Amino acid sequence: MEFFPKIETRNLNLYYGSFSALKNINIKIPPKEITAIIGPSGCGKSTLLRCFNRMNDLIENVKITGEVIIDNKNIFDKNVNLLNLRRNVGMVFQRPNVFDASVYYNLTFGIKIHRLMRNKNKINDAIQMSLEGVGLWNDLKDKLKKNARYLPLEQQQRLCIARVIILNPKIILLDEPCSTLDPIATLKIEELLKKLKEDYTIIIVTHNMQQAARISGWSGFMLLGELIEFNRTKIIFTNPTDSRTEDYITGRFG
Amino acid sequence: MCIREIKESVIEFFIKISGFIIILFVFLIFLFLLNDAVLLFKDFPLKEFIFGKRWLPISNPPHFGIVPLLLGSLYVTFFATIICVPVGIASALFIAEIAPKFLRNILKSFIEILASIPSVVLGFVGIVWLGPFLKDTLKLNTGMCGLTGSFLLALMALPTIISISEDAIISVPKSFKEAAFGLGATRWQTLWRVVLPSASSGIIAAIMLGIGRVIGETMVVMMVTGNAPLVPKSILQPLRTLTATIAGEMGEAISGSEHYFALFAVGLVLFIITFIINFLSVILLSRSKK
Ligand SMILES: Nc1ncnc2c1ncn2[C@@H]1O[C@H](COP(=O)(O)OP(=O)(O)OP(=O)(O)O)[C@@H](O)[C@H]1O
Ligand SMILES: [Mg+2]
Repeated sequence: MEFFPKIETRNLNLYYGSFSALKNINIKIPPKEITAIIGPSGCGKSTLLRCFNRMNDLIENVKITGEVIIDNKNIFDKNVNLLNLRRNVGMVFQRPNVFDASVYYNLTFGIKIHRLMRNKNKINDAIQMSLEGVGLWNDLKDKLKKNARYLPLEQQQRLCIARVIILNPKIILLDEPCSTLDPIATLKIEELLKKLKEDYTIIIVTHNMQQAARISGWSGFMLLGELIEFNRTKIIFTNPTDSRTEDYITGRFG
Repeated sequence: MCIREIKESVIEFFIKISGFIIILFVFLIFLFLLNDAVLLFKDFPLKEFIFGKRWLPISNPPHFGIVPLLLGSLYVTFFATIICVPVGIASALFIAEIAPKFLRNILKSFIEILASIPSVVLGFVGIVWLGPFLKDTLKLNTGMCGLTGSFLLALMALPTIISISEDAIISVPKSFKEAAFGLGATRWQTLWRVVLPSASSGIIAAIMLGIGRVIGETMVVMMVTGNAPLVPKSILQPLRTLTATIAGEMGEAISGSEHYFALFAVGLVLFIITFIINFLSVILLSRSKK
């Protein structure tokens, strides 16, 4: 391939108890691009995504074999600092999950727990930068004290993205970030992601194939825990190698 | 079809009626207390009841100053609260978030057992063991003092505080925790900065209900606090609460006497205090479940 992968998995297997949810996944995620993971419900998209910041560690009875290499390091190694990993690999969830607290509290949460800065002015600058980064600064600059749960859903989801990028991550994982949003809000978030890919490596799980086609440079198609095909989005959608990929994108199942 | 509708409307009717009956009962109790309490103030000035520092019901002339009793209740309640709130919240956090499943179940059944111990048994423990123990370790004149009562009351309030706080903690949406972990928070940071604040109104309600329980408790305080109706200067002295006064003196007060009505007035004060506390906690609880 023509890039040096930002994330690379090697023979990645994941079991929930005895159920094999990921089967021998080998994927190379390009840097500073949007990579889409598509596939029918239950095929393991979220599970794969959650491997990249080790969120699966929180679930009981999970067994993982194989490697996930980020910046030349296997993130499953014993000496990896899990908290720094999650700071570098931010995650945005399906439902906007802002804390039941002010916008300010939401944005400074990560700064505080990682003790990144103390200086009030610096913190305020960081808040402004991150809100500008997600196009919320003008809307929220006078409402930092307001409870974030009372914002419109789209703004909540943007705030979740801002909460991640304020920590200067290298990678942003998004698990169906638009599934609770209306089409207009969805397009706005997509615009945002296209802008963010200049600075971040972005991986997005989506059910929506148009969305994958619109924003991603690379796409992976999964089925029953396997990565069937991974290639440039253009090729996946116009000239896939595997007939199962073709069936899926032409809407014959799933 | 028709029979079922009738059946359902009958059931609904009974449920509604029971609800109203409860409200009616509370109201009737209030009226009943008020009715007898006001008779005291025919002869005894209200001002002296509220601000009087002496409770001497059988001296001549008698004094019915509620201040020592009110302070007695407040002291005991205050210290019981100081003891049981941190312990209760910590236990609730431990049970809800940290303990492995089997330990959680064991702890929960212990708490249920604790809740079901009759207060007279706890009072007994206070007289035989806790009182003498506190007397020796703190070098007191007597172990039958406010602090002994506070400890036992704290123990009695714990089950309420723990189980309601635990509910509040468990109902914090999982997604909040996921968000915190996803941002790289440790378990402790997540508990402290996300879970506890989100559960706070439920926890406050739990505390209020616990306090309501403590203020109303009678048997334990009667058995272990020494029952001296003096204005307490410290929690380490014997004192007397509102509840212990009513329970202790009602038997000897002649029906229809001033003393008798004075005890009703004390009861009314107690009723109002507990009503306010419970009312506030219900409001907080409903807000936490919004
Ligand atoms: N905690 C868990 N315990 C056991 N099985 C799980 C768990 N989480 C997911 N699974 C199973 O693993 C498989 C993959 O789940 P995953 O959530 O990764 O799918 P997905 O592709 O994200 O699906 P969707 O599009 O519905 O979100 C599913 O069959 C699911 O039932
Ligand atoms: Mg999913």
